[in-house]
Amino acid sequence: MVTHENGGGHGQHQPPSGFIRKYVFSIDHKVIGIQYLTLALFSVFLGMGLSLLMRLHLAWPNSHWFFFKGGLMTPEQYLALVTMHGTIMIFMVLTTAPQSGYGNYFLPIQIGAADMAFPVLNMLSFWTTFLSLMVMVAAFFVAGGAPIGGWTSYPTLSALGEITGPGQGAGETLWIVGLAIFCAASLMGALNFITTLIDLRAKGMTLGRLPLTCWTWLVTAILGLLAFGVLLAACILLLLDRIAGTSFFVPGGLVITDQVITWHKGGSPLLWQHLFWFFGHPEVYIAILPGMGVTSHLLSTFARKPVFGYRAMVGAVCGIGFLGFCVWGHHMFVSGMSPYSAFAFSILTMTIGVPSAIKTFNWLGTLWGGKIQFNCAMLFALGFVSLFVSGGLSGLFLAQPSLDLYLHDTYFVIAHFHLIMGVAAIFGMFGGAYFWFPKMFGRFLNEGLGKVHFWLTFIGVYCIFMPMHFLGLAGHPRRYFDSSAVTFLQKLQPVHVFITIGAIITISAQLLFLYNVIWSLIAGKEAKEENPWHATTLEWSIPSPPPHDNFGGLEPVVYHGPYEFSVPGASDDFIPQHLAPNLVRKA
Amino acid sequence: MPGTIVDDVELIDAGHGGGTPPPAGGDDDGDSSGSRRPVPRRAYFTALQLGLAGIVMFFMALASSYIVRKGLGMDWQTTPLPRVLWFNTAILLASSATIIVARKKLEGGEREAFRSWWWVTTGLGLLFLAGQIIAWRQLAAAGMLLATNPSSSFFYLLTAAHGAHLGGGILALFYVTFRPWSRSRITQSTAAELTSIYWHFMDGLWIFLFALLTLGR
Amino acid sequence: MLSRRLERGSTSVALAFVVFLVLMTVVTVYIFWAKTWWFPPAINDIGNEIDAQFMRTLLITGIVFVAAQLGLAYAIFKFRDQGQKAASFEGNNTMEIVWTVATIVLFVGLGLYARNAWAEVHFTDAAPGALQIEVTGQQFVWNFRYAGPDRKFGRVKPELVSASTGNPLGLDSTDPASKDDIVSPVIVVPSGREVELTIRSQDVTHSFFVRELRLKQDAVPGMEIHMHFTANDPGDYEIVCAQLCGLGHYRMHSILTVMSEADFEKWMKDQAAANQ
Repeated sequence: MVTHENGGGHGQHQPPSGFIRKYVFSIDHKVIGIQYLTLALFSVFLGMGLSLLMRLHLAWPNSHWFFFKGGLMTPEQYLALVTMHGTIMIFMVLTTAPQSGYGNYFLPIQIGAADMAFPVLNMLSFWTTFLSLMVMVAAFFVAGGAPIGGWTSYPTLSALGEITGPGQGAGETLWIVGLAIFCAASLMGALNFITTLIDLRAKGMTLGRLPLTCWTWLVTAILGLLAFGVLLAACILLLLDRIAGTSFFVPGGLVITDQVITWHKGGSPLLWQHLFWFFGHPEVYIAILPGMGVTSHLLSTFARKPVFGYRAMVGAVCGIGFLGFCVWGHHMFVSGMSPYSAFAFSILTMTIGVPSAIKTFNWLGTLWGGKIQFNCAMLFALGFVSLFVSGGLSGLFLAQPSLDLYLHDTYFVIAHFHLIMGVAAIFGMFGGAYFWFPKMFGRFLNEGLGKVHFWLTFIGVYCIFMPMHFLGLAGHPRRYFDSSAVTFLQKLQPVHVFITIGAIITISAQLLFLYNVIWSLIAGKEAKEENPWHATTLEWSIPSPPPHDNFGGLEPVVYHGPYEFSVPGASDDFIPQHLAPNLVRKA
Repeated sequence: MPGTIVDDVELIDAGHGGGTPPPAGGDDDGDSSGSRRPVPRRAYFTALQLGLAGIVMFFMALASSYIVRKGLGMDWQTTPLPRVLWFNTAILLASSATIIVARKKLEGGEREAFRSWWWVTTGLGLLFLAGQIIAWRQLAAAGMLLATNPSSSFFYLLTAAHGAHLGGGILALFYVTFRPWSRSRITQSTAAELTSIYWHFMDGLWIFLFALLTLGR
Repeated sequence: MLSRRLERGSTSVALAFVVFLVLMTVVTVYIFWAKTWWFPPAINDIGNEIDAQFMRTLLITGIVFVAAQLGLAYAIFKFRDQGQKAASFEGNNTMEIVWTVATIVLFVGLGLYARNAWAEVHFTDAAPGALQIEVTGQQFVWNFRYAGPDRKFGRVKPELVSASTGNPLGLDSTDPASKDDIVSPVIVVPSGREVELTIRSQDVTHSFFVRELRLKQDAVPGMEIHMHFTANDPGDYEIVCAQLCGLGHYRMHSILTVMSEADFEKWMKDQAAANQ
């Protein structure tokens, strides 16, 4: 074997000068992390704006709004909002912020690395994500508008072009292309994350000493690596059906508004559903796992106690990751798949409740006997646990095909996945924001504003999503423009009004967060100490914000597990991971 | 109250799995004096293996779609495969052999021989792609187009997807030849080894796809 | 001084958390308990069985929900920062094993228990004498076809489909079997008799959903999916589309009418007469 060369070109630890290299096409993982977070922040407000329009319309369907042509929303506008809200939130927010954003910034630092394994690839994956967002958003501005087929984009609605509805022409094509580009970006990111975690850990950073955040980033990256390739394949097949006239998903003999589709035959819409959900279910865990990691991290730090059952937590994360690939069929109980495989999928899905329950028990165990400090980061972590339980339990209904027959595609499902993969995941990110902001920018987010933000959001999301369970129980189908055509929906209107009021409050609270971020960047309280929270992991051993290459060219050495809080006999109630044993002060 | 309280004071020095001089978690063959730590060589192999795993998932998705779609297929008609594919397969197998020879030469320090064998491999790769295009043209001349039948759709799709990935391999071959290695993070030898792993993988992938297309007709 | 202020601060936040969690739990449980918004009564036996399974699941999840939320509230209040020293245990294997096994038994057991309700509709075929009705979804209406006296569905051809001229299914009038087929925009079934539906779609994926039957089934283009039920209680029940099918998804609606056998025979005769 050949020894490797000491490269001359990359030895410096000076940041690049020049605005473009430093902030735009930067290869520094920290800058890229912030770029991802900014993209997600833009997307989350865009996605929320779309949902607000939907909610206003659902609550007061006959009121006139100045932002619609003629004052009223049309069904195709509503469905375009449905599609784009889902797509932007799932891909550009829930996949991007927890993993690519925070992961990019903190994974290398927490494992003691100077950067990602492949910084240029890292930059490429961000700009590819950016391109993907631009392509998707462009769908709003083409003839026919954004697609109306939902984020699941089931063929044949999505495969036949404009004749199936406005937005299904150019808009849908852009949507698919955007998604395919996103797949490529995510694959690059996943590869980089896993390699970094495997090969760039500092001395002493054994797997058993990895912070749980890193474990969840690792498992999430593995899920992404294995799932996005499948979605990419599905997107290519769908695109070929649309533009090349192939018949992967489109059967023969279709008639759309009296026009016979003669150029397709023999395809299967179910094939798309299988491919899509083989990706789609792991995607749910891609969104939620990093939130779980951050929550475990914060609960331990601010209860001043080691994580309860670290190994069980790691096992549960891996278990969720593995089982995530075995349960996609539970999205298809009413699709016409074999009832026997539906039953098998059902049992596997019930099994996935087990690691989720283990995590919940361990979170409570972490709090038990602790010394809980209620700063904003901790409040969001505690909120995460509550939301995770509320959102997770409804999964036990949906996992049973007999019950899913009634609840499938009703608001019950919306309530379930918003609580668990939407709101809970976002709570993890908010927790991370209040926790890491001082490290990233050298200034604290304002705690007072943060508390108001937390309470409004926490109460608000319960007001939005709890009532949706009841809409679902009453049989309210999702993706309905209004209730005018169905008698039994009409008496549910007050619930819609209540939910919309909850949504207005929640969304206003997010403006408060935005204000807090901007204000704190400029004038927030300075974080003078390296380690203001008395936390243990490596990012707290370096200045805030961290220097260009994190550890000043030195390799940190790790001596301790990630959560050594309140160790008996030590004078401080935390032992940083990098602290040499002889430096630990005794009481 | 759950759990046991750790009350061993001695643990401060040795406890929690910490304390003792740590085993290396990361790589330790880089010199970290002053300059940014280089990425260890094995990271490139890790990344390559991960990349291949992603590629496998992509092709598995296509292959299982192929099998499912064929199983549905009242409309499935067998696409006659052009004979030139057998020739192409032989070319690709030969290129795998020449890349092995090339790497042997490089390890033996015969740089000139390495360069020639490497060029032979690159040439064979290009020849394979040309052969695939000939196969496409023959099929198109026989009236089998992309949308003619699901079997022909899959033929074009699978060969194109493989061709695109193999094209990436050819770019890597050129890169190994033309890159000024003195300023690189890895050596030419490492790059050659990575490229050859990828190349063999593309070879194996083609054998799999060819078997699927011929046996699974 | 500082520690006392800290202590008071953490008490009020902890208290707020407790109040909110308790309130949220109580309100949620109350609304479930009071059945303020609930599914309508089932009109078939399988529906009652599904409801029973629903209640079993609700009971278990309800207990877990209340225990977890209140447990969280308790831990938050009890272990708030009052200047105490935190304990330092790192886990407990016995407890991990206990709750892992307990949740496996509970969750998987629940899943296995649900088998009966699922099996009855989906693992068995309809009885041979079941009334055959074909359900066709198209943007954005449902059409129902009865085979008529000859008990045979006539041929349909896509190129004959013309909603505007009153042939929404494309019935081929040259096929003798199609002569007596009855096509109706509403579905009428006799009570107490088994009905087998053949569900298909002409264009995009729809989903046939009747709340009172506790049944939902996608209508997938290119597939004919069978489903069977026996409705017991006469009445009118709404059918909606539950799978996004385009801009008129929300108004794709029809009525299932369950009537006595005698009324049903009469309805069939009237339809046949109107067909002439």
